[in-house]
Amino acid sequence: MSGTRSRTQFTFADRSPIARSYRRYLAKASLVLFAVIIVSALLSPLLYMVTTSFMQPSQIATPGAPIWPAKPEVGTFEGREYPIYNVTIDGVTRHLMLVQPGRESSVFVDPSDPTATKVEWQGRWRTLEQSWQFSPLVENYTTVWNQLNFPRLLTNTFGIAFLSTIGAVCSSILVAYGFARFRFPGRNVFFFVLLGTIILPNQVTLLPQYVIFTWLGWNGTWLPLIVPHFFANAFNVFLLRQYFMTIPRDLDEAAMIDGAGPFRILRTIIVPQSIPAITAVTLFHFFFAWNDFFVPLLYLANKPELQPLSIGIQQYNALYASQPTLIQASAVLAMAVPVFIFFIAQRAFMRGVVVTGVEK
Amino acid sequence: MADSPLALPATPRTRRSRWTLRPSTREAIWGFIFIGPWLIGLALFVAGPIVASLVMSLTNFDLLHAGETRFIGLDNYVRLTKDPLVAQSLIATFKFALIVIPVTMAASLGFALLLNHPHLPAKGALRTLVYMPIMIPLVASTMVWTGFLNTETGWLNKFIGLFGVTAPDWFNSEVWVYPALTLMGLWAIGNFMIINIAGLQSVPTELYEAARMDGAGWWTQLRRVTIPLMSPVLLYNLVIVLIATFQYFTQAYTLTNGQGDPNNATLFINLELFREAFVFSRMGYGAAIAWLLFAIVLVLTLALFAFARKRVYYAGGDR
Repeated sequence: MSGTRSRTQFTFADRSPIARSYRRYLAKASLVLFAVIIVSALLSPLLYMVTTSFMQPSQIATPGAPIWPAKPEVGTFEGREYPIYNVTIDGVTRHLMLVQPGRESSVFVDPSDPTATKVEWQGRWRTLEQSWQFSPLVENYTTVWNQLNFPRLLTNTFGIAFLSTIGAVCSSILVAYGFARFRFPGRNVFFFVLLGTIILPNQVTLLPQYVIFTWLGWNGTWLPLIVPHFFANAFNVFLLRQYFMTIPRDLDEAAMIDGAGPFRILRTIIVPQSIPAITAVTLFHFFFAWNDFFVPLLYLANKPELQPLSIGIQQYNALYASQPTLIQASAVLAMAVPVFIFFIAQRAFMRGVVVTGVEK
Repeated sequence: MADSPLALPATPRTRRSRWTLRPSTREAIWGFIFIGPWLIGLALFVAGPIVASLVMSLTNFDLLHAGETRFIGLDNYVRLTKDPLVAQSLIATFKFALIVIPVTMAASLGFALLLNHPHLPAKGALRTLVYMPIMIPLVASTMVWTGFLNTETGWLNKFIGLFGVTAPDWFNSEVWVYPALTLMGLWAIGNFMIINIAGLQSVPTELYEAARMDGAGWWTQLRRVTIPLMSPVLLYNLVIVLIATFQYFTQAYTLTNGQGDPNNATLFINLELFREAFVFSRMGYGAAIAWLLFAIVLVLTLALFAFARKRVYYAGGDR
């Protein structure tokens, strides 16, 4: 960053340029360190998730086991396997195989040199610390993949998210265009009502919707998750309308003189000019639909073959709560796609957040 | 504002019309055509259901016994006031709100200040990382945090144990479950942080320079310059956090598979609504709970706006 040498940072305490630049360097380094520590702490559960997802179930229950995926280290001696312990003899800690456990003293062999003389150690071997070796268990993932029927969940989630995103984006573009470019009676009132629906808790409308969809026979299908999104969403309309308003009207006028109608102006002028905003809306809605839980729970709780990831994972969680390794592996699988897409498109995404939040 | 240029030339589409419409009328028609999808949706999925929900809340409507539906007046609302579970869920929601709202507001402002610091390199990457957990499905992040805060095997308690302190039994304690959910909520601050950063960047730098000239330190600058100038942004965030807190559902549902454990401490109002309406299928009563939820959120939001207006009014005077 080049903005570091601002004059206002000058302090009168030390006038020597070397001391000043040294202090500035130190201040910057500690700031960076602080930021990195805070952000790492915030994200440390992710590391927990990934490491746990590679662990043997037995490791979690073992006190003193390391926090990384590992299994007890073993060595072979005379054709048999023996566990390896960390034994401290004469102040030196050695990795030794326990070949003859005894109550007060045990016999150990050095796994790197089994022919050497056996070591007799005085003390209770149960108090010794086991030696662990790094051993990620990939089978957790294959187990979860199959038990969840992950490809089906993924297809369902993608299907629902894709269809509802198309509906939400197309309808919101039309409505935002209407609000941004046309004057009609009651426009301000309608726009106010539109914004009001953001604050309205969906619980109020949810129950009658549920009754209607159930009577229509839509309960247990994707339709309640998709069809309502074809009628524009206040959040998306607001964001797009704000953006459309910034496009100069001269372009519309020029097109109109060429005989273009409103739909053609929308298609050839407004939409191409608004790609950043439309991308943001698309991403917002796609992630919303991908992660939505409440509505799929209402309509698809008993339809495993139609469920999206969020529901499938939750039911799996309820079923296998006692197996953290599988639970964490399923969490990794559930977050993989949205997090991946986010990292690709984060710039467009975060710009959209700012537009909705600040530019009222 | 000048007349919209859209209204000027006759398009071939309308030329066939027997009556030539006035340009402003034609423009209005186009406007209604474009906002049509939303108007239809408003009627079908918002206005209609709102009326239906009001009516429903005055009946004993039960989806499984729809034939026995009859009007029972305000009985559902009277029952609300006597229902111990509703009272418990409201208390739980308020307890949680009292922790999670201040922490979320402070943390999102803190992260914004840190990650907008002029001397910090790689701001973009760090912001992306702080924002990223929002992308994780709530079910999955709840599962991660349940493991991370596990009493025996979770990392946080292992870490706290290093200092010789007995760590709390987060999700099994009626008291500690709220701080636990609040910690979990830190994964949702990304939006607020980004909005705060945009707000911070809109504060004119001259003001900071002037404040420094007057000998204001970091804290005074924050209190006297940053926060007052960012108050519209902070108010927006506060309203959104408030609404989200009263609609808290997915995390609570995932945590205990909808049971509200421990001892109904996580039976938040929205979970109680879900159970009444969709588990016990008492739609009429559920609708009454929904209206109670709406009324609470509305009153709190209006109170916030009133408070904000008052602050602005008094901002001129020296306190």
